[in-house]
Amino acid sequence: MSTPNGPLIEIQDVEKIYRRGAEEIHVLSGLNLTVARGEFLALMGPSGSGKSTLLNLLGGLDRPDRGTVTVEGKRIDQLSDRQLAAWRARHVGLVFQFYNLLPAMTAERNVELPLLLTDLSRRERRQHVATALAIVGLAHRTRHYPGQLSGGEQQRVGIARAIVTDPTLLLCDEPTGDLDRKSGDEILGLLQALNREQGKTILMVTHDPHASARASRTVHLDKGQLSADPPA
Amino acid sequence: MATGFFNWISQSAAVTLYNLRTIPERRGAALAAAVGIAGVVVVLVGVLSIAEGFHRAMTVAGSPAVALVLRSGSDSEMTSGLTHDQTRLIADAPGVARNDGGALASAELFVIINLPKRSTGTDANVPLRGVSPTAFDVRGNVTLLAGRRFAPGRNEVVVGAGAARQFAGLEVGRTIRVGQNDWAVVGIFAADGGVAESEIWTDAAVLQPAYHRQDTYQAVYVRLTAPDAFPAFSAALTTNPQLSVKVVRQSDYYAEQSTTLTAFIRTIGVAVAGLMALGALFGALNTMYSAVAARTREIATLRALGFGAGPVVCSVLLESLALALIGGAAGAALAYGAFDGFQTSTINWQTFSQVAFAFKVSLPLLVQAIGWAAAIGLAGGIFPALHAARIPIAAALRET
Ligand SMILES: Nc1ncnc2c1ncn2[C@@H]1O[C@H](COP(=O)(O)OP(=O)(O)OP(=O)(O)O)[C@@H](O)[C@H]1O
Ligand SMILES: [Mg+2]
Repeated sequence: MSTPNGPLIEIQDVEKIYRRGAEEIHVLSGLNLTVARGEFLALMGPSGSGKSTLLNLLGGLDRPDRGTVTVEGKRIDQLSDRQLAAWRARHVGLVFQFYNLLPAMTAERNVELPLLLTDLSRRERRQHVATALAIVGLAHRTRHYPGQLSGGEQQRVGIARAIVTDPTLLLCDEPTGDLDRKSGDEILGLLQALNREQGKTILMVTHDPHASARASRTVHLDKGQLSADPPA
Repeated sequence: MATGFFNWISQSAAVTLYNLRTIPERRGAALAAAVGIAGVVVVLVGVLSIAEGFHRAMTVAGSPAVALVLRSGSDSEMTSGLTHDQTRLIADAPGVARNDGGALASAELFVIINLPKRSTGTDANVPLRGVSPTAFDVRGNVTLLAGRRFAPGRNEVVVGAGAARQFAGLEVGRTIRVGQNDWAVVGIFAADGGVAESEIWTDAAVLQPAYHRQDTYQAVYVRLTAPDAFPAFSAALTTNPQLSVKVVRQSDYYAEQSTTLTAFIRTIGVAVAGLMALGALFGALNTMYSAVAARTREIATLRALGFGAGPVVCSVLLESLALALIGGAAGAALAYGAFDGFQTSTINWQTFSQVAFAFKVSLPLLVQAIGWAAAIGLAGGIFPALHAARIPIAAALRET
């Protein structure tokens, strides 16, 4: 089923159209993308160009109108909602611009959430949570609520939550978009380390050239198509 | 499959616990919904406890081993009449229990007298029952709370505890004047909270001349050798050509007398509580819709992490149910404290006289009310829950 030597992600001829009443918005039109295992890919492009849309297709949060999305040899565009939910839980870690932590839960509870979808015992879950929080450097803030943490710290919790199930693929939608330069740099360093030391394949949407410089490759999305170099 | 199911349960539990933990942030709306449901429960329990208490007073003391013989064609003792000879035949029928004093049969008559109520001072009807001295053994559940039994042949009465509570001047040692006669109150009796407690008893032989009844009676109460002796006893009397009588078990007789009023009260209670439940339902709906709306992004986040739609539906329903049960339990406790044992009296339309009874908040009644609360909670939660499950994940994640 999985093809360890093939590309991790293969997007072929994908089209995504949003309909708002009679109006049709062609966000992605015939888009192709191949991502190898272990890449740290930055996805740039103007606002409204469809970066989040593309990320959602890859994360199984949405389906294309046409074309195929293959991850680890699996056609995820053909999965049912229920299958997609289970697939997401196992294979992708999501990092959001606004962290999307649950405010009424402590950091460790937030990080534990994806593990509730596994068969791990309570003890094993605790160990995984502790490991993930240690990786992001927050071992000492486990009992804090999101409201008691700075933006950068909240994003670390978000990353811990994304990696706690040990997914191959991390999808980050503007992970530093809400952070100051210093916190942003720390988050980028963390992602880079995850990529280099743990072999995570990372797709990161960003507007910030400073951020994309940390990636191993950058692609640009404009007018529904991808290009390797910034449009002149 | 088994792990899948377990997984589903643990997902639901996790989301539900999370939701419940966010209730303090929404306590205003949550409180309003719970209070609405508590109100429904209070009204439902309050009104139905009246019916329950009345029904209980009318039936609790009715023994299946006690039979009541009336003139055929009469619905109640009020319209019945039996001669002395007929009462003798009835006492001699097969199946009647006996003791040293002879057959356990009490020929009785029944008049209505007026006495002032304690609460209002206005007159109301009280049954004054003339009984045979065996009546105490026939009923089997009559116990003296104070004083002694009336002495045969004298103008003395014993008063039921309910009547003593509801009417003025019925303490032991007092005298009541009825018609041309004075009657000394010599005792107070209990009868397991039954309808007899609303009556005043005296010697039938004294009551007959006082009310110019000659030697006639209205009913014969007999204690049967056993409850299942009833069919033979009944058959013997109804086939006897010298008699034209109707035989009923005491328990059935009182149950029948209470059905109309009980059903009436129940209908009113259910109707009023039903209307309030409709209001409470909209309260619950509103609360849960706003709860879901406030949590749209959180729900989308959970779904993005891989939580299923089922657990989301389940968690919203459970939250609604939890709010409803909290409201329901509070209402039930309140109703129990306020109504259980509340003493009152009402008119029994079969005898046109007062029946003293206590509101009864029984366990089945509480269970029924909690059931209503749960139903309101589930009904109020289902649409918001389905709405929550249909939130489009990608779009809802964009909300900040
Ligand atoms: N659910 C939706 N319904 C209708 N239109 C949508 C929907 N989601 C996105 N769009 C539209 O599709 C286009 C692409 O949106 P998308 O969020 O992918 O852009 P983006 O590149 O991530 O932009 P940004 O940099 O501002 O985050 C936009 O014009 C947006 O308005
Ligand atoms: Mg975007």
